[in-house]
Formats: sequence, C-alpha cells, structure tokens
Amino acid sequence: MYSPLIRYTLHLADNALIMGHRCSEWCGHGPVLEQDIALANLALDYVGTARNFYQYAAEMINAADPAQKATEDSLAYLRDAGDFYNNHIAELPNGDWAQTTLKEFFFSVYLQAVYRQLLNSADTQLAAIAEKALKEIDYHVRWSSEWVVRLGDGTEESKERLLKALDEVWLHTGELFASDDHDAQLIQENIAADLQLVYTHWRTTVEKVFEEATIAVPAPAKTAAWMGNGRKGIHTEHLGYILAEMQYLQRAYPGCEW
Amino acid sequence: MNTIDLEKQFQDKIDREIRIEPRDWMPEKYRQTLIRQISQHAHSEIVGMLPEGNWITRAPSLRRKAILLAKVQDEGGHGLYLYSAAETLGITRDQMYEQLHSGKAKYSSIFNYPTLTWADMGAIGWLVDGAAIMNQVPLCRASYGPYARAMVRICKEESFHQRQGFELLLSLSKGNEAQRKMCQDAINRWWWPSIMMFGPTDDASPNSEQSMRWKIKRFSNDELRQKFVDMIAEQVKILGMTLPDPDLKWNEARGHYDFGAINWEEFWQVISGNGPCNKQRLDTRRKAWEDGAWVREAAAAHAAKKAARAQQHAA
Ligand SMILES: [Fe+2]
Ligand SMILES: [Fe+2]
Ligand SMILES: [Fe+2]
Repeated sequence: MYSPLIRYTLHLADNALIMGHRCSEWCGHGPVLEQDIALANLALDYVGTARNFYQYAAEMINAADPAQKATEDSLAYLRDAGDFYNNHIAELPNGDWAQTTLKEFFFSVYLQAVYRQLLNSADTQLAAIAEKALKEIDYHVRWSSEWVVRLGDGTEESKERLLKALDEVWLHTGELFASDDHDAQLIQENIAADLQLVYTHWRTTVEKVFEEATIAVPAPAKTAAWMGNGRKGIHTEHLGYILAEMQYLQRAYPGCEW
Repeated sequence: MNTIDLEKQFQDKIDREIRIEPRDWMPEKYRQTLIRQISQHAHSEIVGMLPEGNWITRAPSLRRKAILLAKVQDEGGHGLYLYSAAETLGITRDQMYEQLHSGKAKYSSIFNYPTLTWADMGAIGWLVDGAAIMNQVPLCRASYGPYARAMVRICKEESFHQRQGFELLLSLSKGNEAQRKMCQDAINRWWWPSIMMFGPTDDASPNSEQSMRWKIKRFSNDELRQKFVDMIAEQVKILGMTLPDPDLKWNEARGHYDFGAINWEEFWQVISGNGPCNKQRLDTRRKAWEDGAWVREAAAAHAAKKAARAQQHAA
C-alpha cells in the first residue's frame, strides 16, 4: 500500500495524464487548424505535468522500497484501472466541441484552484511541480472559458449544444470535490489542497463565466458513495478503454525499452 | 510598361537572386504555380497529422508520447505558415480547403499509406521527414519571399523530426527480436513510397523546367532522390537493418548508390486516388471540417455580437 502522500501524488499525475489523453484524441480533427494546435498544446502540457508528478511518485516509492523499481512509465503503463486515482471528468469521452471545451473548463478551473493551494504545500516538490503546472493551467482556463462564452453567446445551435453538454458533464462535477480517506490528514499536515476551498473558487469562477455565456448554473451536483469516486479507484466504464489503448504496447511487449 | 517588358524585368530580378514579394508584379503562371505548390505542401502537413496522430494515444512511453505530440503539433504549425504564405498570393485558406476537400488539390501521396505499427512513427520521421528536408532545404532559397521564409522555419523543425525518428528506430534496433522485426518491417513498407516522394523522373516531369527557370526549384527530382538514397543507404547500416532493394549497390564510378526500378504504376495509382488510405484521409479531413462548421459559425456570431456591443458603447 502506498503512503497517503504517494497516493495523492499519483492522483495528481493520473488526472493530468488521463485528461491529456482525451485532449490528444482531437489531434488532426479540430474545427479550425489553430484550435487543433491549441488542443495538442493542452495535451502536451498535461503529459508534461503528469510526467513530473509520476517521477516524484516513483522516487518516493523507490525510496520506501527499492525493490519496486518504479518509473514514470511503470506507473502510467502497468497499473490497472482500479489503481488509477483520477477524477471521473478526466475520463469522460470528448463528445462534440461543446462537451470537450466545457469539460476542459470545469476541470482546468478545478486544477487551477488545486495548484494555487499547492504553491504553499509543506511538500516542496509538490509545490515546485504545481508552480510550473499553474502557468500552463491558467492558459487552459482562459482558453476554455473563452470557448464556453463563445458557444453560450454564439448561435442558437451552439447554445443548444452547450446546454446538452452541460447535461452530460454536470453530474460528474460533484465527484471532483469528493475526498479521499487520507485528505484530512494531508490537509492537516498542510500538504494537500483543501477541496472545500477549491470548491469555493470553482463555483465562483463557473458562475462568472456562465453569466457571460448567458447560461444558468445548475444546483450543485450530488455525489454519493454509490456514484463511485475516482480518488478511491472506482471509475466510469470509460477508463478501462483508455488504458487498454494507452497501455497496449507495454502490455504486449513486457520489459522492452522504447 | 507592357507585359513583355514586365516579364523581362521579372526574370531579370530572378536571375539576380532578388526576392519576389507579394506586392511585386509577377506573371500569372508564376502566381498559379506557387499557389498550387504551396497549398499542396500545406495540405500535406495537415493530412500528414493523421497517420502519425494515429499512434499518439498508444505511444509506449510518456517521453515518446510527448515527442510525438510535439511533432504532430509542429506539422500543424507548418500547415499554418504555409497557408499564410499562400494567402499572400490572393487565395484564402477556405478556398484552399475547398480545393482539398473536392479532390482538386493534391497532397503528398505518402500520407495515403497506413501506419500499422509503432515503428512506423520512426520510419516516417527518418524517411518521410528526411525526404521532405531534401526537397525543402533548397526551397529556403525559393524566389518567392514569403515561401522561402516559411521554409526556413519549417526546415529547422523537420530536421529535428528526422533525428527523433531515427533515434526511435535505433531504440527498436537495440531491442528484442519482436522490436527489431517491427523496425525492419516499417523500413520495408516506407522505403519505396519515400523515394517516390521526389516525384516522377526528370524526363517525365513536365513542370520542372519552368520552375527551375523561376528559381522555385533548384535541383531536379532525380538529383534530390539520388542524394537521399546515398544518405539513407549509409544511415541504415547504423541501424543494422536493410533497405528492401536487392539492386542497391555502391557505384564507385558514379560515386553514388545505384538503386532498383521504382514502381511508377503504384505511384500514379496512389496519386490518382487508389492508395490504401486516400479515401479514409480525405473523408477524415472533410468530416473534421463539416463537424466544425457550427463551431466556426458560433465563433463568428459571438465576435459580431461583441463588436456590435462595443460600438454601441462607443456611440
Ligand atoms: Fe512538416
Ligand atoms: Fe513538410
Ligand atoms: Fe515533420
């Protein structure tokens, strides 16, 4: 069993990797060439951040037990879905452009608040990685807010699609704020972000951007134990397919250098 | 000045290696040749994103994933520079897309081949980007300024891609038997299509001569192809792999490698739409464009609303 800090670091890494995977699926299929490039850029940011968190997690795992020989790749490619700790929203399918940008909006605003708190984490490594990631995520927030506003306050069709996307995605936003059993301890030690504070930032930002997009913010999404919790390794059906694809070469040709 | 004098003056500038800029007078055929060539190149960059994009989600390590993502993103950027360069000649990007989607404009035939294994990401970087560089380095001195300047930026990145592709194959060549097999198989499949990238032989290349006179082109197809074969025939030894050509042999007298006959039937078939992925690639591009229509409309509508509100404020 991993320590709470390792688990938390894996959670941060998995979130970035899985969302990066979804962003990268757009490569070559965007509605405008500039946006195609923008999404590849978001994907690259996420993969870069994931690597930083995985490398740190691997370091801690090996320090606790050198026999583990963990690497960024063993952590990304050789764990099963039940050992991934990303949030559900990261694994949801892209859908259309409205669903993609709305997902990215909810997620990046959440990460922005998490990373901001981590700047002051008692764990200096987490703080350093968060500092670098925050510069990028600020851009993700700007990019995705602009799209939410454009689609909400664009044409009738775009608004309709945005509302449909909201209907798909909103119920998964509650899970972003569902905590892990060890969160209280990590917050006490001033290591992890306090999700209640994250929620305040998130709700305020969503309200502000939705107002500009001329759409209403729904009541908070209910989350209960039976809905699963990515932080505890209970996922949607989508994650299994992501991993089947992502891990295929490492699984089919074990022990190779690539 | 009459047209004959203008043309004389134009050719004189070209001969003295003075760059032609968008506002300068130019013969209509020069303009059309450039639009055709630059837009074809731009289309190749964006269609080329598809066969490589095919492996991003399956890249076998996070480092390779990041490299591949960055590469495909670069290709999109190349498309952007080139569309912009073509726009200076009086055509819009939407018009060029229209020509691509209707099948009127071509793109490099190489992207009509499928990427079947991870090793293809290495073979494409090494061979396809490699052949592209061979073709494109001389274009950095092309007579049309915006094109030449776009090519300078592009070539820098392409040579990076080639090194990364080679390095990927090198890792496979040092791997286990399955990896070495994957490596050799990719080289076998990409070799001939790569050397076809230089186009028909000189005696079958009707547009080449005029392009040489206009200094859009500096070397003939066969000259460039030979340079490429000479380079790759050496590099493949470092990989401990072979090229799928029994006639490949160093010719002391010529100071070059001899190579076997190219299957021009295949080349013309793939160009005319009968390659393994022609339909798939074009359908994918068309679908991306059509699915994106409502997004572009929304962006335009929002921009118009914003502008109207700003004006109301000002009034
Ligand atoms: Fe390129
Ligand atoms: Fe190119
Ligand atoms: Fe390239």
